Amino acid sequence: MNNSDTAIEFHDVCFTLPDGKTLLSNLNLQVHEGETLVLLGRSGSGKTTTMKLINRLIDPTAGEVRVEQKPTTDWDPIRLRRRIGYVIQEIGLFPHLTVEENIGVVPRLEGWAPERIRERARALLSLVGLDADRFAERFPRELSGGQRQRIGVARALAADPPIILLDEPFGALDPITRREIQREFKSLQRELKKTMIFVTHDIAEAFVLGTRIALLKDGQLVLLDVPAALLRSAHPEARAFAECFYDAQSTGSSA
Amino acid sequence: MSLTEFLSRNVGELVTLTLEHLFLVAVSTGIAILIGVPLGILLTRKPALSKPVLGFANIMQTVPSLALFGFLIPLNIYLFHVKILGGIGARTAIVALVLYALLPIIRNTFTGIRSVDPAIRDAGRGMGMTDRQLLIQVELPLALGVIIAGVRVATVICVGTATIAAAIDAGGLGRYIFRGLRANDNVLILAGAVPAALIAIAADLALGYFERTIQLGRRTRRSAKKIIIASVAVLCAIILIVYFAVGGSSGRIAVGSKDFTEQVILGEILAQTIENITRLQVTRRFDLGGNLAHEALVAGEIDTYVEYTGTALLAILKSQPITDPAEVLRRVKQDYAERFKVEWTEPLGFNNTFAVLVRGEDANKFNLKTISDAAKISPQWRAGFGQDFMSRADGFPGFARTYGFHFAEIREMDLSLTYRALAEKQVDLIAGNSTDGLISRYRLVQLEDDRHYFPPYDAVPVIRRVTLEQHPEIRAALRQLSGILSVAEMRKLNYAVDGEKRPAREVAREFLETKRILR
Repeated sequence: MNNSDTAIEFHDVCFTLPDGKTLLSNLNLQVHEGETLVLLGRSGSGKTTTMKLINRLIDPTAGEVRVEQKPTTDWDPIRLRRRIGYVIQEIGLFPHLTVEENIGVVPRLEGWAPERIRERARALLSLVGLDADRFAERFPRELSGGQRQRIGVARALAADPPIILLDEPFGALDPITRREIQREFKSLQRELKKTMIFVTHDIAEAFVLGTRIALLKDGQLVLLDVPAALLRSAHPEARAFAECFYDAQSTGSSA
Repeated sequence: MSLTEFLSRNVGELVTLTLEHLFLVAVSTGIAILIGVPLGILLTRKPALSKPVLGFANIMQTVPSLALFGFLIPLNIYLFHVKILGGIGARTAIVALVLYALLPIIRNTFTGIRSVDPAIRDAGRGMGMTDRQLLIQVELPLALGVIIAGVRVATVICVGTATIAAAIDAGGLGRYIFRGLRANDNVLILAGAVPAALIAIAADLALGYFERTIQLGRRTRRSAKKIIIASVAVLCAIILIVYFAVGGSSGRIAVGSKDFTEQVILGEILAQTIENITRLQVTRRFDLGGNLAHEALVAGEIDTYVEYTGTALLAILKSQPITDPAEVLRRVKQDYAERFKVEWTEPLGFNNTFAVLVRGEDANKFNLKTISDAAKISPQWRAGFGQDFMSRADGFPGFARTYGFHFAEIREMDLSLTYRALAEKQVDLIAGNSTDGLISRYRLVQLEDDRHYFPPYDAVPVIRRVTLEQHPEIRAALRQLSGILSVAEMRKLNYAVDGEKRPAREVAREFLETKRILR
């Protein structure tokens, strides 16, 4: 195993709740530097749990998660989290802060000078395709869903973290906006070359954005491979998702 | 006199009382915020504490205010030789008000923070905020509206409860209300109640506006933050200075009184006599409700006041009723000296016992002279008694047994309201005080206690032994007051204040001048 380009590594990781319910069992996987790994699965399959193990919102009950070759339990959680961008569904924006202040949260925690934070926020706004002059002073409730999601991505990128976690970031958007923002995100990926973990239950999204797909079912890793391999897999859960994909394709072409 | 007339004549006093009231409310709400908000935050961090702490705050709110005062006054807690708890006056009132104001502030801080969306909290933690950063940058700003709503409730509670602070000489608009209740004077009651209600409404509106501004966020937010920080800083400073400043006026003689007209007049008589004969400086701490005057005396908050032998025997020493006046005085003298190091001086001369009263017209119609006469027709009568009379050892139960009373109905109300109820024929018999000025005002007739049920209530100045040792000249001054007041004279003085609305200070001075004690 070549560790040099491994950004994140799961080693026999289990996570069990105090009441004995197992959310994740014996997970083994590596995320390579610069790739986008999509965690695909139904609700309750363990996607979000996997995500929270990476930035130490929770600690594994067995096994070990390594970020940049160092077990997360050896990391200072605050330092670790500031090296990892985090995007969750639109609700994650702070409602009492303006767009500019929302984007500047982590830089401010890191003690950047106000002027630098401001410039960074405005640069990121244009990066995600929003006019800085028009949006910087707005509050989240004055934005559409798509705009909020772009701000969420911009906020995760603010302190230029090497790793970004995205937990169903586009889940709450209408299909058209979702399409649009996926396309923009794709070009952003190419530009930034960050290591990304992307959680979704939408197979089409996984296909568009994923370098590789990790398919989870009931807390277990079913398959870890490039998107095309998922369509060829004989595993029943992979077949179920593949069928969704084909259905979408056929209705799409017949419409 | 109409309300507007009264207010325009007493603008100066009204302003003073209003300022005192605002001061009590501002300081106690301020302290409650300084304690309640951090405590509420602590509870969100240690949820196991939330049940006992909120439970305690809840219980404090149900304790009647007079009971709370009674509990706080005997406390004597010092910090670096500065008294921080106990005694009469604004300090104790503030402690009680703080206890009442705590619950809404703690509860709203706690629930305000707890109700912040967990997703937002996760986002903050996920971005690497420490717990303190999460609290200050995310949770508190989002909970601020709810917290201010709690402060709003606490403020309104304080405005209302502060009126009762007048019972322990803490000032405020309650003085008018208590004075009005005592003198059966609606104008006075309103003069206290209306401004208090206006303060409550104004505070509610102002904080409501503040609450909305905060929630609108937007540009006002930064200035709002500055305002909050500035006002908290100013509050802390004022509170610390004032809280300790309101403390004592040492080196002076403090004369107290209970919270009814006769006592205020007697307090003035004591104070002016001491001032004039001994040339000592006197502080007046009048209007102390319930047994607070006694507690203040024992705690050293006041040096002297006028007590009644029967009250001391029954309410304070908790002895069985005795009817022989000389024996009662002997007993209280002995017990007070041993238990409280307090001395009874010479009786003033009158006995303020319970007076069983009926309307003059009824007395004529039924030819009533004694209480026994009234007992015969009592089954058709309604009686009105003060809470005090209903519960005390020499009160209603023994009274009804001794004379064989069976009333059609008994209404329990505030003592001062019974006179009016009798005059307005809402009740037919009451138990008032024999020296009450209202007896002549309403043309009531006192029935003779032919079975000698009521113990004597001779009025006697009581004074701390320490005070007498430090200022032996006071003893000589008080000796001049021995036997100078008959029941009729006392009734007249009471009427001058209650009926003719003259200031107690003036009435007392006039009396002392006619007795040649003052010149």
